[in-house]
Order: sequence, then structure tokens, then C-alpha cells
Amino acid sequence: MDTATIIAVDGLVYASWLFIVSAGLTFIFGVLRILNIAHGSIYALGAYMGAYLGNAFLGGRYPGALSYVILLVSAPLVGVLVGPVLERIFLRHIYDKDEVVGLLTTFALFLILEDGIKLVWGIDPYFIDTPFSLLGNIPIAGISYAVYPFVQTGIAIVIGTGLWLLINRTRFGRQVTSVIADREISVAMGINVARINTVAFTIGAFLAALGGAFAAPMISVEPGMGIEVIVPAFAVVAIGGLGSIGGAALGCILVGVLRAAAVHFFPELEMLVIYVLMFVVLVFRPQGFFGAVRLRRI
Amino acid sequence: MMAGGAGTPRLGIVAIGVLILLIFVAIPLFFSQWVVFLVTIALAKAMVVLGVVLLLRGGLISFGHGLYFAAGGYAVGFAMRFLQVQDLVLLVALAMIAGTVMAALLGLLLRRYRGIFFAMLSLAVSMILYTLLLKFYSLTGGTDGMSIHAFTVFGVRPAAGTTRQVLYYAVFALSLGVLYLGHRFAASPLGYFMKALRDNEIRIEYVGASIAQPIYFSYVFSGALGGLGGGLSALSVGQISPEAAYWTTSGDFVFVAIFGGAQSIFAPFLGSVVFEFVKNYSVKFSPDAWQMTLGAVLLLIIFFLPDGLWSFKDAASRLWARWRRS
Amino acid sequence: MAAILEIRNLTKRFGMVLAVDNLVLEIAEGETVGIIGTNGSGKTTFLNLVTGYILPTVGTIRFEGVDITGLSPKQVTTRGIARSFQNPQLFTGLTAMENTLIAIAGRAGQAWDGWQPLKRRVWREEAADILDRLGLGDVAEQTVSSLSEGGRKLLDVALSLVLRPSLLLMDEPTSGVSVKDKFDVMDRVLRALDETRVTTVFIEHDMEIIERYAQRALAFDGGRVIADGTVDAILADPVVRESVLGAA
Repeated sequence: MDTATIIAVDGLVYASWLFIVSAGLTFIFGVLRILNIAHGSIYALGAYMGAYLGNAFLGGRYPGALSYVILLVSAPLVGVLVGPVLERIFLRHIYDKDEVVGLLTTFALFLILEDGIKLVWGIDPYFIDTPFSLLGNIPIAGISYAVYPFVQTGIAIVIGTGLWLLINRTRFGRQVTSVIADREISVAMGINVARINTVAFTIGAFLAALGGAFAAPMISVEPGMGIEVIVPAFAVVAIGGLGSIGGAALGCILVGVLRAAAVHFFPELEMLVIYVLMFVVLVFRPQGFFGAVRLRRI
Repeated sequence: MMAGGAGTPRLGIVAIGVLILLIFVAIPLFFSQWVVFLVTIALAKAMVVLGVVLLLRGGLISFGHGLYFAAGGYAVGFAMRFLQVQDLVLLVALAMIAGTVMAALLGLLLRRYRGIFFAMLSLAVSMILYTLLLKFYSLTGGTDGMSIHAFTVFGVRPAAGTTRQVLYYAVFALSLGVLYLGHRFAASPLGYFMKALRDNEIRIEYVGASIAQPIYFSYVFSGALGGLGGGLSALSVGQISPEAAYWTTSGDFVFVAIFGGAQSIFAPFLGSVVFEFVKNYSVKFSPDAWQMTLGAVLLLIIFFLPDGLWSFKDAASRLWARWRRS
Repeated sequence: MAAILEIRNLTKRFGMVLAVDNLVLEIAEGETVGIIGTNGSGKTTFLNLVTGYILPTVGTIRFEGVDITGLSPKQVTTRGIARSFQNPQLFTGLTAMENTLIAIAGRAGQAWDGWQPLKRRVWREEAADILDRLGLGDVAEQTVSSLSEGGRKLLDVALSLVLRPSLLLMDEPTSGVSVKDKFDVMDRVLRALDETRVTTVFIEHDMEIIERYAQRALAFDGGRVIADGTVDAILADPVVRESVLGAA
């Protein structure tokens, strides 16, 4: 029973971290029909901003609890700086083109951002330890777990709920739903699709940055961290269904638990599990859990 | 009213072609070992890029061609280490076979996919290989990879100091072969069906043709090219490591495919050579900004020159024609 | 005269909508049949069903005595049924000549025949011939996207002619073609068919075209054939006039 609990907890922790990132990725795809490769770089930006501000603010001398606020603030900061800029200047022009062009454009943006980060922050790693060490450990199933990762779980739940409320209970959400269903009709109905696009991408960017900011206390923030998060995020989005946030949540949990099980029983297969799962889903159910399958008519 | 009419441009193109051939042949005689190495790598990778381009013609973007690149490289590595194969011809053949066989298998699956799904599935498969290459370190050498030792040509080991040149001419000769095969394929009915199905899959069915077939054959051919390029590259560098299968390597191939252009079989070669040189010198100049340069160039191409560098030639020939007329 | 196409109890339901309702009809070899009916009366759905683009809810389709129900468009085409579309279905990035060559290649089977190019002389001559006959000779080297509406229509028909079908189904071949060109277009098409005994079925809204080119007419309404007979009889039929012509 202990093993099961450990796997469940490990899985939950991983799933929470991944959900924050992938929710944004799948949301962006749902609205803009673009698979945002630069999402990983925005995640890294969030981490860098969080770590940097965490150390730079008042020279690092401030009450520990404030560090959470700093992390929390880094995310929208990055989101608002990066989101509208990328969307308006670059993505706006490629919506009507092949979906392949979107992929290539975000790939180009990814390349630019990766080096941009190096140019701004250098190549040495950053650390922000306070949020992590402040919360100490807690025994679960006989193992001492750090408490901090569960903060991410909390955030993931808030994000998930928040997004659900946003989409289902606000006017903006109804407009977004309309745009997701049919862009052209939405335009005809008078919805300001351009604005929706910008806001949607900014929300996605904010979520990526949030994921990065709150991941920062657990890792060393260094170049290349964005590259590694992209493929698991893609995997989860594919598994859950492109554009489906609920699907992403389920995908994260599935991936998290399977990965934790692999780590426990076959440590060599840790990452393999994710890619194999992605492969299997794409083969047997390409639309994922909740994706829609489109049909053509002549 | 055009004096010299159709004959003159034809002659001009042939002349340019011969000139370019002569330049390539002469490179090892006039340039440093490093340049020879760069061009060798560029040509080897260009073959992989041609494979990507063949799929791009059908609107399929392979974000996992590193799979074949790695397959070719590791085929050479394994053959050397476990089978004691040293002959260049045999090694190259094995590399190509490795790519072909893997593509023949995976193609059965991937030919049913399009767009984003094709990209993601090809990515997933290459990442699976990457992880396997990493984990089975007793066989593959793990993160360090495998070193590729000296080869022989028909039993004869190249004289000291000439290995680079020998490999260069081998790669050059193979490039010509690849170009010829690529041309035949692109001009064939299957080659055109690839272009056509990007426009209208329904019509393909309604002329009584199969959609899966051109995709499958293109895919197998591109896998063969990937393996070939991977093997040659490994022989040039003297090393193969799991990075070859990582998604960023595949991304590089996609970049060069777009950079050179997908309209002509020569484009990948032009693009690859320019890319290797630019990359080599920018990495020396500003190691932390060359990716950004790549990204910026890619954006410029997407927005202003969507047919890649190769389309400069059309712009150039238009200017040439206008100049001649004035 | 043998029946080339036999339709039995053909029904197609899309959710709540009954697009084609228990169709029973036979078309004899060599006939030229016109199909009329208002939009939404099931005409295009009928073509989609016969050519395998959609599966019937109920019913069978027999072609040349063989049951072809459920076969894919590719299989149906290979057996000898060709079709042109209301909205021309073309390879927009390729030239008219290349489009035609691809159709020829499709007819020939895509088998790997020694790497011979698509643009081999034999095929180019055949393609040039059909394009000339339909008046597209001048634009053969232009890409589809630069062709006129009528040109695209003609090319669409050219592709189906090239397949040398036994049964040719055309969906509004002259819609989008200017009034003065309509007869010219149909003349060209039917002259191109002259050498072979191709059974032709075409959907048309233009009654003059039906009158002039069809021997038999079918009137569709609400997914059913409400009238079937000679062109003169059908066009004079009061029920037809009301449902098809009156409502138009």
C-alpha cells in the first residue's frame, strides 16, 4: 500500500508541475490553432524572472513569505511583456496560413528566446531557494516529502478551476468558445477575434511563466531548461486532446502516475514512458481523450 | 524576337552547373582541412534535409528525422564495434539500409497522418529512440556515444592525412547520386502525387489513385536519405551520440529545409552549405547569439521569402532577363 | 439495353435529416440523363453516395452488374465511374497540364514503372489533346489558381474525361460559366465523349441545357425522384414545374 501511495504522490507532484505549463499550451492551440514551441522558452523566462527578482529584490533580504509573492508576480510580468508582443508582431500574420507555418514560426521564436535569455541573464545558473526551504518536509507513507511541490498542486487546482470558470462563466469565455468552434462565424457575429487572440495567447504565456516561476525553487535555473519541458508538455497535450484543458489535466495525471511507477520499478524507463504513451495515443486515438475529430465535405 | 532564344539560357545553366561541379572538385586542393570537413558535413546533412523536403512537398513536416540520422550513425558505430566492419562502402550501405528499414516500418504507420499529428508522431518516435540510445549505454555508450574509427576503402586504408579528402570525394560522389535519384523521384508520378495531395486529397481518390502510396514511398526514400546522411556524418565527425536523435537536431534539419527552400532538389544542398558555414562562424563569434540569428533568419524567410534561399535564383533570373531586355 | 447503374432502396440519413429517401432507379448504358431539382433535394448527395464518398444508411448500388455499395471513391473510380464537382476539385498549386497528367497517371495506376517521369511524351500528348478539345489549350501551362471560374470547371470535367469512364457523373458542369459560353462548354464536353459510348448523368439548374443535351430527365425533391421520363415530358409535368421550377 505504501508503494501505491508513493507513486500516487510522486505522480501528483509531477502532474501538477506539468499541468500548469501544458494547460497554457493546449489553450493556445484551442484558440489560435498553433502549437507553440516557444512555450518552453516562456516557461524558462518565468523561472529566470522569478529567480532573478527573488535574489535582486531588496538584495534578497525580505521576509520569506514574500518570496511567494515575487514568484507570483513574475508570471504575469513575463506574460504581459512577452504575450502581446509575440502575438501581435508575429503570430497575427500567420493564422490564415498552413498549420505547418505556425509550427515553424513558434520554433523560430523559441530559438530567439533561448538565446535572448542567455544574453540577458548569462549562462550561469540561478537559484532561489527560500520558497522551497521555508516549507520544510512532511512525512507521507513513511517517506519524508518536501512540502513545496504541493504548492504547485494547489496552483494547478486553482488554475484548472480558474480556466473552467473563465471559459464557462464569463462573457470572454463564451466568446472564446465561439472562436474555438468557428473563427469565421465569430467574426461575422461581431466578436473582436483579434483581441481574443491576443488575450488568449497572453493567458497561455502567463501560465507557462507561472509554471516556470514556481518550478524555479526546485531546480537550478539555467539555459536549456525550456527545451526539456516542451516534449512532455506536447505529449500531454496530444494525449489529452489538442485544445482540451480537461484532457490536459487527465493526461498530466496519467503521465505523472505512469512516470512515477516507472521511476519506482524500472528507473531506466522514466522518460520513455511519456514518449511511448504519446506514441500509443497518437496511433490509436489521435484526437486524444477529448479532442474533436474533423470531417470534410464536398 | 528573342535572338538566341531558348538556347542561350540552357547553355548558361549548364555552364554554371559545370562550374559549380569543378569548384566542388577543387575544394580539397585549395582549402584547409577544416573547410573540407565543413563541406563534407554540409553535404551529408543536405541528404537528410532532402529527405525532409520530399515530405514537405506533401505538406508533411517531419520533426523527427533525427531518428534516421541517428540510425545511420549508430549503424556505422555498431558495425565497426560489433561486426568489425571497416570498409567504407559497406558501412555506408549499412547506414542507408538502417534508415530504409526503419522508415519502411514506421512509414506504414505515419502515412495515415497529416499536419500537426504527423509532426508530433514523428517527434515522439525520435524521442523514443533518443531515450533508448541514452539508456542502453552498454551497447551505445550512453551520453558519450560511440567513436567511429578509421575506415578502409576496398581493403586499403587511406594514407595518413588523406582521410578527409577521401571521405569528401566519397560524400560528393554520393551527393550527385542522391541528386539524380531525387530528381527522378520528384519528376515521377509519385513525386507529383505528393505535391498534389497537399492541395486536394479528395481529387487524388477521384482519379483512382492511392494517397497512402506516394506518402509511404516518399517516407521510405526520406528515411534512406536520413540514414545515409547520418552514416556519412558520423564517419566525418568520427563520433555518434544520442543528440543525433534529439528533437532539436530534427529541428535543425527542418530549419535548413525551409532555409534552402522546398521547391528544388538542389535547394537543400545550397541551404546546408550556407547553414554550416554561417553556423560555424557565428558560433565562434557569438556562441550565445547564433541560435537567435537562426531564429531571426527563419522568421525573415517565413515572412518575406517563403520559398527559401533557392527562390533567390528566380528573382535573380527575373532581374537578369529584365537587364538583358533593356 | 443493359442497365449500367442500378439503385435499390438507397437512403441516406444525416442525423435527423433525410437527404436521400428510398431511391430506386436504373440507368441504361449509353443514356444521357439530366437531373434537376432545387438545392437540398439530394442530387449531390446522390452523386456522393454512388461514388462512395459517403456510405448509405440503407440500400445498394450496382454498377455493371456488380455491387459497389461501400467501396471507396478510389475503388469506384478504378471500376469506371468518373465524376466532376459542383465546386471544382483541382490541384490548385499545379498547372492545368499537370492536373491532367495526374489524372492520366491515376488511370494508368501509380505502379512504379521504371522511374518514368510524369511528363512523358505519350501522356503529354494525350493531355494536350483533351485540353485543346475543351478549349483550355492556351492555359495549359497556367496554374489552376489563375484560371477563370469557367476554366476551372472545364478542367474539372477534363480530369474526369481523361479517366475514360463508362459512367460519367457531372455536378452542374455549366454553373459559374457565363451564359454565352454554356452551350459551347457542353458541346465541347459531349463531343469529347462522342467516340466512346459513355453513359452520362449530369445535374443542372439550367433547363435549356437539360433540354438540349439530355434524353431523359429525373426530377429530385426532398431526397426522392418525383418524376422520371423524357425531357419534354418532365419539363411539362405540372408537379415538377411546381416543386422544381416554381420554387427556383
